[in-house]
Amino acid sequence: MTNAVEISDLHVTIAGSHVLQGVSFSVPTGGVTALLGRNGVGKTTTLRAILGLVASSGRIQVLGDEVAGWPTHRIVRLGIGYVPEDRDVFSALTVEQNLRLAESGSGAKYDEVFSLFPELQQRGRQRAGTLSGGQQQMLSIARALLNNRPLLLIDEPSKGLAPKIVSEFAGVLERAAQHSTVLLVEQNLSVVKRLAQRIVVLDHGEVVHHGEVTDLDDPTLVRQLLGVAGAA
Amino acid sequence: MNIFLVLTFSGVALGAIYFLAASGLSLIYGLMDVLNFAHGLFMTLGAYAGYEIATRLPTSLGAPTLVILAIIGATLFGGLAAGVTELILIRPLYGKPISQILITIGLDLAVVGLLMGGFGSTALQIPVPLWLVEPTHLGGLFLPNANFLAIGAGVIVLIGLELFLALTRYGIIIRAGVENREMVRALGIDVGRAFTLVFVIGGAMAGLGGILYTIVFSGDLVSPNQGDSLLIFAFIVVVIGGLGSIRGSAVAALTVGLLQQYTSFYIGGHSGWAQIGDLSTVLLLAVVLELRPRGLFGRVA
Repeated sequence: MTNAVEISDLHVTIAGSHVLQGVSFSVPTGGVTALLGRNGVGKTTTLRAILGLVASSGRIQVLGDEVAGWPTHRIVRLGIGYVPEDRDVFSALTVEQNLRLAESGSGAKYDEVFSLFPELQQRGRQRAGTLSGGQQQMLSIARALLNNRPLLLIDEPSKGLAPKIVSEFAGVLERAAQHSTVLLVEQNLSVVKRLAQRIVVLDHGEVVHHGEVTDLDDPTLVRQLLGVAGAA
Repeated sequence: MNIFLVLTFSGVALGAIYFLAASGLSLIYGLMDVLNFAHGLFMTLGAYAGYEIATRLPTSLGAPTLVILAIIGATLFGGLAAGVTELILIRPLYGKPISQILITIGLDLAVVGLLMGGFGSTALQIPVPLWLVEPTHLGGLFLPNANFLAIGAGVIVLIGLELFLALTRYGIIIRAGVENREMVRALGIDVGRAFTLVFVIGGAMAGLGGILYTIVFSGDLVSPNQGDSLLIFAFIVVVIGGLGSIRGSAVAALTVGLLQQYTSFYIGGHSGWAQIGDLSTVLLLAVVLELRPRGLFGRVA
């Protein structure tokens, strides 16, 4: 198997809006592929379509299986860890309970997760809703890393966080990428350059560029594709 | 003062039955967004199952054994009926709220009609032991024994549900699902099983509530429409307590039960306005919705 994810001609319509208009790209097994684009171009929708969280048409292959039409839990059980854009920790549950829900089988790697985020062990009995934004993001990433997942879908892990914490999370994801394939949605180009090897750029619901992360060193291309200055 | 204490005792017992009816309704809506208008039917079916058990089993078993078996049977049958309803009728209609409302109303009407056809529209008497209709003399008060049964059942179910939701994996899945069903799925969990389980638990509690209402407040009489009239108060309790909150349902059920007893006696008894008890609960609902639109324990979005 050479590709962890293969998508072709993916269409998604949400509330009458044609969000994805025939997206096709593949994520090679191993390393980090970054999915980039301006706000609202369909990056998060693409991840949600892969997970079966939104209705879509087209072909989606995940870890060797054609998953179009599968229920979400079945797709995830193929071996996906997911960090959603808004963290989506269960605020009424404790940190321990949030992690317990993410357990899959008997191979939960609590030691590894707590060595990455010792704070989560100390705050095990604290309700997740009372954690800070950074701590909630730790918990969200910890849930995804708790089991041996060959594929991680990570949606804007740096969103709304202080630069020091962003750098800490980037280090964690760098380590995770040594064992798993990562499809990363991220607006912070310095994080993308640190983590990713490949990039896929979306615009208006279509793939407009795919290539190596070094393409981001071209300021003209970055401005043209992402609408931002490229000197990140 | 004695009358006030007896009314309080009776109000707590009524609240316990409202809690049994409302907590399942609240969990079902909280987890699945299903407004289950067939919930009253599960109460009625529980009561009829209890009636069948109490009247068909040999009387040589003795009235106390028969009533215990009737209560257990009502609980199990309520759960079974709800589980089958979820699997056959509700499951194909997730995400279609109007269809769910219509099908649960239709199911209620159809089965109540069948009950009327099979058992007749007149109320049927469940034989109960003498102990249940006698009062206990306690501190100068005569307290109806049946009320102890309702209060005991309400407390046991409340504690059991709280422990289940706090300690078991399925309990945690249900709490997480009430908050964010999509993320539970994204962790690889089949929420559909939790849906069925919640329906079964809710139906079992409704069945228990149905038979206890018959024994405690309905003069041991079972009738086809009894669940539907209870359902109105169950919905009021759920909305006052906050959708999806068990503690909210408990507090609201107690409040509604007490308010109904006090107003029925102190206002209705003097003025002859018998419906004042029911009206007072609707007024309470209006006040709570005005001050806290998400109910007493409802989550902030």
